[in-house]
Amino acid sequence: MASAERNNNNNVVEITGLRYRVGEKAIFDRLNISIQRGKVIAIMGPSGTGKTTLLRIMTGQVLADRGRVLVESQNMARLTADELYALRRQMGFLFQNGALFTDSTVYENVAFPLREHTRLPESLIRHIVLMKLQAVGLRGAADLMPGELSGGMARRVALARAIAMDPKIIFYDEPFAGLDPISMGVIVRLIRRLNDSLGLTSIIVSHDVDEVSAVSDQSYLISNGKVVAYGTPRELEQNKSAWVRQFMKGLADGPVPFHYPAPDYAAQLLGEERA
Amino acid sequence: MRLLRELYYILLGFLQGLGACWLFLFRILRYTPGALLRWRIVWQQIYSVGAMSLVLIMVSGFFVGMVMGLQGYNTLSKFAATSALGTLVALSLLRELAPVVTALLFAGRAGTALTSEIGLMRATEQIAGMEMMAVDPVRRVVVPRFLAGAVSVPLLTMIFSAVGILGGFVIGVSFMGVDSGAFWSQMRVNVDVWDDVVGGFIKSIVFGGACSLLAVYEGYYSHPTAEGVSRATTRTVVNSALAVLVLDYLLTAFMIHGV
Repeated sequence: MASAERNNNNNVVEITGLRYRVGEKAIFDRLNISIQRGKVIAIMGPSGTGKTTLLRIMTGQVLADRGRVLVESQNMARLTADELYALRRQMGFLFQNGALFTDSTVYENVAFPLREHTRLPESLIRHIVLMKLQAVGLRGAADLMPGELSGGMARRVALARAIAMDPKIIFYDEPFAGLDPISMGVIVRLIRRLNDSLGLTSIIVSHDVDEVSAVSDQSYLISNGKVVAYGTPRELEQNKSAWVRQFMKGLADGPVPFHYPAPDYAAQLLGEERA
Repeated sequence: MRLLRELYYILLGFLQGLGACWLFLFRILRYTPGALLRWRIVWQQIYSVGAMSLVLIMVSGFFVGMVMGLQGYNTLSKFAATSALGTLVALSLLRELAPVVTALLFAGRAGTALTSEIGLMRATEQIAGMEMMAVDPVRRVVVPRFLAGAVSVPLLTMIFSAVGILGGFVIGVSFMGVDSGAFWSQMRVNVDVWDDVVGGFIKSIVFGGACSLLAVYEGYYSHPTAEGVSRATTRTVVNSALAVLVLDYLLTAFMIHGV
């Protein structure tokens, strides 16, 4: 393909010098990230650091202002719409809310990509859908509507749909947000099991430190548009940086202050009284 | 000066919207042959936007026809010309009322449903989900809905006309005592297939296309929030009503004067 560029072939995603602004605010400023094939890689950071935006940049939903984003050796900035769609057939994406089609059953949701991209006979589609649902433990829920599912079940169905076309890379956007501990444990196990058994590369965006540490091989910590730390969960746990310690241990105050920048407290109160 | 600047920005915004709408139409037309091959999806949408509007259209058509019967009889009786009631009812319905009222009712009932459905799909990331599954949402979601609307409006208009004429007949003949033979024979003599029936049909095709396009356009480009979807739905009704009335004038002028 015309947009294929040279990179380390062992890297599924390679981002160099990424810059991205929203209005006046710089979301990413010369960000560099490499994601190795076959690994479960987490991208962590406080809310509002642009983790989901980064995921959207990697999947071509959003274009970077500057810098190079290579996914499977293809430069995202130079892909045509058809090339982007061809690349996305190798990707699975798990949205935070599942993004299931609310007017279709669980079965039809999982069958959707198969019906759109293949001309397989109905009997084969049925087998594939049931196998994918079995993998996430929801074969028995095939006839339910999305409205009848709990948050955790909806995410598992979305996961079954994301792996329906046997992708090479799977992106998880906040997969643990808002789940009860049991559902969280299920999702953690599924991410690991699917990654290893299907030979995937998994990229997780999350701020749930414990769950991410349980499942990821390596994590990037991003803040203020840059990577502030990178390593295995153990390495991050032992990191000396005050910021990393604050984030990993969930401390209320530290380099990230408890208070949003504001004028002097006493001066503001007295000023209001005078006014 | 400030007023002029604001008018300039309003005009600019209008032209931008119009241009974007045309580009969206070309994108839709590009996918239309492919969508027609997957007729089952279009068929489902015809059921939900067309067939589900049938009762509303029939009831409205019947009442509009009855009002025409009453008003027509009241006026024509002053000139001792009540035998022309059938002509009056049929011409009013076929040329103007049926295409315009059907399109307005369609915009209110099905157009708003299309906009809010597509808008909510965007707000709940179903559209983004489709894009991530390498499925173009315009091809899969927008085109079948547009085609369904464009096909349904002319059919609903024909039904509106037929039921309306029946309403006029019920009032004129059954209640006001107009001669049944005169009602139908005058209609047959004075209604021209090309000028009146086909003319009204062409209007309904244009209105159906315009209302469906505006509905899917507003839904697809709505802001993914509750407020965004609600605003888009309002815009669908307002813009469709304006578009239908402006287009009606232009088409009527063209059909009468050929300019």
